[in-house]
Amino acid sequence: MLIVGELINSSRKAIKPAVQEKDAKLIQDLALKQIEVGADYVDVNCGTQVFNEVETMQWLVETIQQACDAPLCIDSPSEKALAAGLAAAKGNGKQQMINSITAESERYNNIISLAQEYKPKLVALCMDDAGMPETTDDRIRVIDKLINNLTKDGIKEEQIYLDPLVKPVSTGDEAGLEVMDTLRYIRRSYPGVHTICGLSNISFGLPNRKVLNRVFLIQTMTAGMDGYILDPLDKEMMGAVYASRALLGQDEYCVNYLGAHRKGLYK
Amino acid sequence: MMFSFEEVQSAVMAGEMDKVVELTRKAIEEKLQPVSIINEGYIPAMNVVGKRFKNGEMFVPEVLMAARSMNAGMELVKPLLVEGEVQVKGTILLGTVKGDLHDIGKNLVGMMIESGGYVVIDLGTDLEPEKFVEAVKEYKPEIVGMSALLTTTMLAMKETIEVLKEEGLRDGLKIMIGGAPVSKEFADEIDADGYAPDAASATELVEKLINA
Repeated sequence: MLIVGELINSSRKAIKPAVQEKDAKLIQDLALKQIEVGADYVDVNCGTQVFNEVETMQWLVETIQQACDAPLCIDSPSEKALAAGLAAAKGNGKQQMINSITAESERYNNIISLAQEYKPKLVALCMDDAGMPETTDDRIRVIDKLINNLTKDGIKEEQIYLDPLVKPVSTGDEAGLEVMDTLRYIRRSYPGVHTICGLSNISFGLPNRKVLNRVFLIQTMTAGMDGYILDPLDKEMMGAVYASRALLGQDEYCVNYLGAHRKGLYK
Repeated sequence: MMFSFEEVQSAVMAGEMDKVVELTRKAIEEKLQPVSIINEGYIPAMNVVGKRFKNGEMFVPEVLMAARSMNAGMELVKPLLVEGEVQVKGTILLGTVKGDLHDIGKNLVGMMIESGGYVVIDLGTDLEPEKFVEAVKEYKPEIVGMSALLTTTMLAMKETIEVLKEEGLRDGLKIMIGGAPVSKEFADEIDADGYAPDAASATELVEKLINA
């Protein structure tokens, strides 16, 4: 299981001013706190800085590294920002993650060389030039193409984190089910490949989103998802993570469930 | 039982498609003006839906059900309309800009605006600025609405506005933008006329821009 802490994202109200005013302390504290409560990777996203995303990414990565050597998830659709983040993160000696490549030809070609150079974990989003996938079959078509191209280009299966592309259940009754079906296909066809997703898309347009997000985590984990981009400070969400892992036989002697209990990491 | 507009309104608001169809049939049998079924039945109902959605009293699936019910009724009414009878409040072109394939938000916006009595022409996704130019020439809309969900494609909005200016199409045209990474500041920066954070606000923005 891989947890990516999502909180350092300039689109969040609390982060935007910190990024613009270069409040290093706030950023560093947030990175440390996420690792402390169980995140494996710290996501870094400053996409809202449209006119200086590259410099901002570099500053954020350098700033976080002054405080800790946590591996980072460099999060941007722009290859320039990804390149800046990866270069700046080199110092920590860890395998970073990048989020994300897709099967859209331009984006694929721009980003694949970075993946070859830095050998990061690579989030691959299930969409291509034909647009957003509508059905499970659409996703399967894109996944086959993505895995085939990525492995041909020298990316190892275990580096790949497929994101099945989660759409809101408010605009399509089958949105959750399609993700589950897609996960089963991936587990069956590419057992070495990992899967990952964010949790908030599923609940767009509906009230009490946290309940939907949490149940979706449990359901997708049961269907084989093994990575999430989430808020690790959300104790109820983390409760679902620790409990699901124990219940799915991913936590020998319930060590992690108990350890997190003693630290008060969930409720 | 006589046909009542209140009844058809509440059926639309509740998203009861079968009931809307039944009541619409009854209205047609009773020789009501087809245009009044729209103007006094469907549109006021959808305006209420829009307000409730905006206030957080109704949610996306309920809005979709209401729109679907209205559309089912429309199918029956449309063939009976005399050309020019329905007053068009305005034409709005919608599209997701170059490099961006996201469409859920844009589709919701289109549906809400259409329900408000406007003509919506949805150009689709991944649109080169030239596509907007061609469509503006062809449809002569009051408003162009652009959507982008990626921080890398937001700048294509700027580019599109610049191309519209170069083509001499910007004057008299209102431009509104939306999408998760977009903000009011960004709208000002690229010389758009308005920004809406969600589908409900987009409808209000359309009203405001048209009446400005």
